[in-house]
Amino acid sequence: MWKQIEGSRAIAETVAMCRPQVICAYPITPQTHIVEALGELVKSGQLAGCEFLNVESEFGALSVAIGASAAGARSYTATASQGLLFMAEAVYNASGLGLPIVMTIGNRAIGAPINIWNDHSDSMSMRDSGWIQLFAETNQEAVDLHIQAFRLAEELSCPVMVCVDGFILTHAYDRIDVPLQHQVDGWLPRFEPTQVLDPDAPVSIGAMVGPEAFTEVRYLAHNKQLRALERIPEISGEFYETFGRESGGLLRPYRLDGAETVVVALGSVNGTIQEAVDELRQDGIAIGSISICSYRPFPLDAVRRALSDARRVVVVEKSLAVGLGGMLATDIQMALSGRRHKVYTVIAGLGGRAITKASLLKLFHQAKSDALEGVTFLDLNWGVINRQLARETATRRSGPAAESILKDLATLPTKIV
Amino acid sequence: MPFEHIKFYQTGTFTVGNRLLDVSDRAVQSDARRSNALNCGHRACQGCGEALGARYAVDAAVRAAGGNLVAVNATGCLEVFSTPYPETSWQVAWMHSLFGNAAAVAAGVAAAMKAQGRNEVRVIAQGGDGGTADIGLGCLSGMFERNDDVLYICYDNEAYMNTGVQRSGTTPAAARTATTPSVGSKPGNVFGQGKSVPLIAMAHMIPYVATASVANLHDLEYKVEKAIAIHGARYIHVHVPCPLGWGSEPHDTIKVARLAVESGLFPLFEAEFGEVTERSIIRRKQPAEEYLKLQKRFAHLFRPKRDEERLAAIQSIADRNIQRFGLQNGASS
Amino acid sequence: MSKPFAITLDVGSSLANHTGSWRTERPVYVDRIPPCNNACPAGENIQAWLYHAESGDYHAAWKTLVENNPLPAIMGRACYHPCESACNRMQLDHEVNIHAVERFLGDEAIRRGWRFEAGPASGKHVLVVGSGPSGLSAAYHLARLGHKVTIYEAGPAAGGMMRFGIPKYRLPREVLNAEIARIANMGVTIRLNSRVDDLAQMLESKQFDAAFLAVGAHVSKRAYIPAGDASKILDALGVLRSVDGGKPPELGRRVLVYGGGNTALDVARTAKRLGATETLIVYRRTREKMPAHDFEVQEAIDEGIQFRWLSTIKEAGDSSFKIEKMRLDEKGFPQPTGEFETIEGDSLVLALGQDVDLSFLERVPGLAIVDGVVKVNSQMMTGHAGVFAGGDMVPAERTVTVAVGHGKKAARNIDAWLRGTAYHPGAKHELAAFEKLNPWYYSDAPETMQATLETVRRQTTFDEVVSGLDETNALFEARRCLSCGNCFECDNCYGVCPDNAVVKLGPGKRFRFNYDYCKGCGMCVAECPCGAIQMVPETI
Repeated sequence: MWKQIEGSRAIAETVAMCRPQVICAYPITPQTHIVEALGELVKSGQLAGCEFLNVESEFGALSVAIGASAAGARSYTATASQGLLFMAEAVYNASGLGLPIVMTIGNRAIGAPINIWNDHSDSMSMRDSGWIQLFAETNQEAVDLHIQAFRLAEELSCPVMVCVDGFILTHAYDRIDVPLQHQVDGWLPRFEPTQVLDPDAPVSIGAMVGPEAFTEVRYLAHNKQLRALERIPEISGEFYETFGRESGGLLRPYRLDGAETVVVALGSVNGTIQEAVDELRQDGIAIGSISICSYRPFPLDAVRRALSDARRVVVVEKSLAVGLGGMLATDIQMALSGRRHKVYTVIAGLGGRAITKASLLKLFHQAKSDALEGVTFLDLNWGVINRQLARETATRRSGPAAESILKDLATLPTKIV
Repeated sequence: MPFEHIKFYQTGTFTVGNRLLDVSDRAVQSDARRSNALNCGHRACQGCGEALGARYAVDAAVRAAGGNLVAVNATGCLEVFSTPYPETSWQVAWMHSLFGNAAAVAAGVAAAMKAQGRNEVRVIAQGGDGGTADIGLGCLSGMFERNDDVLYICYDNEAYMNTGVQRSGTTPAAARTATTPSVGSKPGNVFGQGKSVPLIAMAHMIPYVATASVANLHDLEYKVEKAIAIHGARYIHVHVPCPLGWGSEPHDTIKVARLAVESGLFPLFEAEFGEVTERSIIRRKQPAEEYLKLQKRFAHLFRPKRDEERLAAIQSIADRNIQRFGLQNGASS
Repeated sequence: MSKPFAITLDVGSSLANHTGSWRTERPVYVDRIPPCNNACPAGENIQAWLYHAESGDYHAAWKTLVENNPLPAIMGRACYHPCESACNRMQLDHEVNIHAVERFLGDEAIRRGWRFEAGPASGKHVLVVGSGPSGLSAAYHLARLGHKVTIYEAGPAAGGMMRFGIPKYRLPREVLNAEIARIANMGVTIRLNSRVDDLAQMLESKQFDAAFLAVGAHVSKRAYIPAGDASKILDALGVLRSVDGGKPPELGRRVLVYGGGNTALDVARTAKRLGATETLIVYRRTREKMPAHDFEVQEAIDEGIQFRWLSTIKEAGDSSFKIEKMRLDEKGFPQPTGEFETIEGDSLVLALGQDVDLSFLERVPGLAIVDGVVKVNSQMMTGHAGVFAGGDMVPAERTVTVAVGHGKKAARNIDAWLRGTAYHPGAKHELAAFEKLNPWYYSDAPETMQATLETVRRQTTFDEVVSGLDETNALFEARRCLSCGNCFECDNCYGVCPDNAVVKLGPGKRFRFNYDYCKGCGMCVAECPCGAIQMVPETI
């Protein structure tokens, strides 16, 4: 049903339709609207048969979900940024135990310095934890991915993160086709656990595994993700059959035919990238883009195939491997190993800085001419940088860096176009 | 427990069983068909108080719950010695997640059971003193405040034993641990530290809080049984000697635990909604020293010469407990 | 469930880990001998029959008791209970009132008419001379072993010292008669008024395959006391015998009793009951040195008997006696002081000890007689093969219980001798001393006191002074037993093992250690209330 609705609200209504049995909530910007809405749905009775727990920390939240999932209940929670880090131990625990929890990440930067706006550093910090990570490009896709996530998670016994750009998607009022209950009921089967805490058939879950078997256990986790690579496109196809929409899958190409330059990115920035691509194509420039949806497992083969005819790749990512360059870019380079592509890493949008079409157009022009550095920070204010570096060189006790910079900038607000 | 089953003319009824007692008055442990929730083959040290306490508590819980029990365990000695791949000693549905989240995981299990309409299933969470008083306190407090339907049982051996006897938030004054070594001018743990988790639990006004000891089996079983029948957040704190960490003889485990109770250093009491409701009267009061002497972790209080000041300080802790909880005359002051 | 590899484990998998390999020592169940059993001269298995009594199974308790001692109703009244002096419970609150429970069981047996069974006939015939406690005990045990027994009793009634030496108020005659009758009803022949004058002749007659002599010591010792014609001096045994025969002697209003043993007390208390207004026991040493049992001294004092310590009788007159005061020297022996006193008295009863009448043994070769008693070896056999002896006529402490013990031991040895083998009693187990127990587990329970007759009644009648326990009291008392050294299935070991390595075998079948998993921590030993488990080193 079409609604003009806040992204978070749509996600909440959709998650509710998936009939979760245990939801745990700890507030952190920018996911709070999701769990608040779910709380209301539970309390009003609209979402029946569900226990909603207000927990005391994110660590508690995922722990509750772990217990609930192990006890055979479909479980859900949401977090972001600092919260995801606070539950890091539990994140690894959930995937290690193979519990099919679905968690929404309202992507947000990680401090210090504390910053509540969008970038991908939080999800990136957990990329090797063994969770499946799906990135939503639009609010519609965010809604659809949650439904697919429950099925994917429960089939494989692997937890799934659905990554949704904070504020950009979560707080945007969009026109979204929110599915109907009967559609979801028809598509999403009941949760049948592969292991469960049941007094009638007792088992011990969570044994200590030593050197003699640990590698095998880890290989099996690795193998699970490889199997996910096959299931994800299949599930996307199955979703299309019922709901009539393209949603999910491993990656989505955009105007790749004959594209010499291909831009790769995760999440909502793909919308702006596609607009820039359209404009450049009008000027006859052979450029296209790829939106990667399944970031983990990383679709090495699909990426390699999609980029096979390109000459250069521009990876625009909202994450920084400090001292190194990009994270997505590194994975792309792994996919292209042995090939002769040029890969340009562009760090953009950190801490919620707007990625404008104008900036992108300028960037892509530079790329097309191979006039880019290997690693570029989009729209970096070199004046501020140089002044700060000078301050630090001049005095040992030059004060907190962030505060100095803010003072320098006279606290200019983020540009939003 | 607040009353004694013992009729005046019966002897030997402090024992686990007694052929002259009605079967319903005997401890769960005396039953040949007890569930043995923690079975043979586990890797606990000889004379481990925690292994004993866990079997006592969980067998009692299994019986009280009619077999419908799920246990969630924190990381620690109990978890490590009971489930090293490929062997598990647990005969109940059991789960281990992390060190500090047993209370939260158990809350999740309880919520799941409720959501699935399985109202007969009872959930217990288990952890050591480290996993309960320190790293697990946040989750524990959250579980209490929400009044989740979980019985949390803490096995307190007063240090992080599994990792090599390091100090925890419940390590008693003057005790030697690896991180409070018996060197320097004030050997052992500092006075004035050490949390009382039972009192913290009471501050949350939860339906039931109790302390228990492996030395008093009937009392422990009574409390577990009572707790299982209650819905909401419940907490039982069990004192369990660790021969290795405390430096006591393996065969003295129950004797040491008994002395802790009889000296007043470990008071046995029950509380409901934040008020102490019952206490166990000390049967034959012992000086605190008798308890300390059996443990090498307190050896520095006696050799090379007696530390009268600190011994007196420990005795006054015991005396204060006796007075505060009314362990000798039944009425607390 | 298709469970994840390694992370999730099946129930029961730990049983593959045999932690028993960790041990350096292992626990074993032992039966240690309780101090009561150890102290009983009759060798009663007291702990075992108390065990049955505790659960109210009095018949089983009685049957266990009479495996060793056929006279519980008598013993519960007459025995000086060395078992109680050894009882470990004394170190907790008060010793178990064993004799009271034994008496209860004996009385119960009489009340219910429980019987003895003789064993299958062996074809052997044994002579028993004397129907006192030793003779009766021997006869009983021999009959149980299937032998034909004939008792020759010199007196008009059976019982020996039990009848003639212990007054009615200590041992009612109905009780005595019932227990003797039960033995007779097994098939034992008791020939009364049949004194054996010449044992050698009876042996030569070849009527018997073996003989057990238990004639006791019935000849009163005399002392040299100058006396006038009208002086009334009697001997204690004679007085007691007359009283029992229904013809009590005239003792007068003031009676002196000379001696410090139980017989002296018995005769003094009897004199009181016969109407003496003043009864005075004269003894040459002090109360502490008196051979009589102190509780009997106390009972006598309660009844108004008076005592003159450190005194000897020098002369007897018509109605007065001359007494010399004594003092104890450094070695504790009484020495005359030269100070005299005259006391009014109507009669003097001598209770100076008894001797054995050995005349009937004159012609029997091979016997060794030392200090007026017949020597026997460790098989209770005299120097003459096939002739055994016991009780007061052999060197021993002179009590009814010792006599009963002799009878049992002799019977077993006679049985072996008749079959051409030797009797080997089982090796003695280690003593269950108090340090081996864990007394924490026993409830506080002070002793039940037996009610005693009021003083006035005691002085005027021969009604039994000390009454027995009723059933609740007897049960209470039996349950005070700590079961030293013998498992009473309290389930402690089963409950206290952290490794679940004790297997419960069922009621009456005790427990077994599962050595596959026992780590040898020793907690079972430490927490066994009665000390029935021991650690022994492992052999490597």
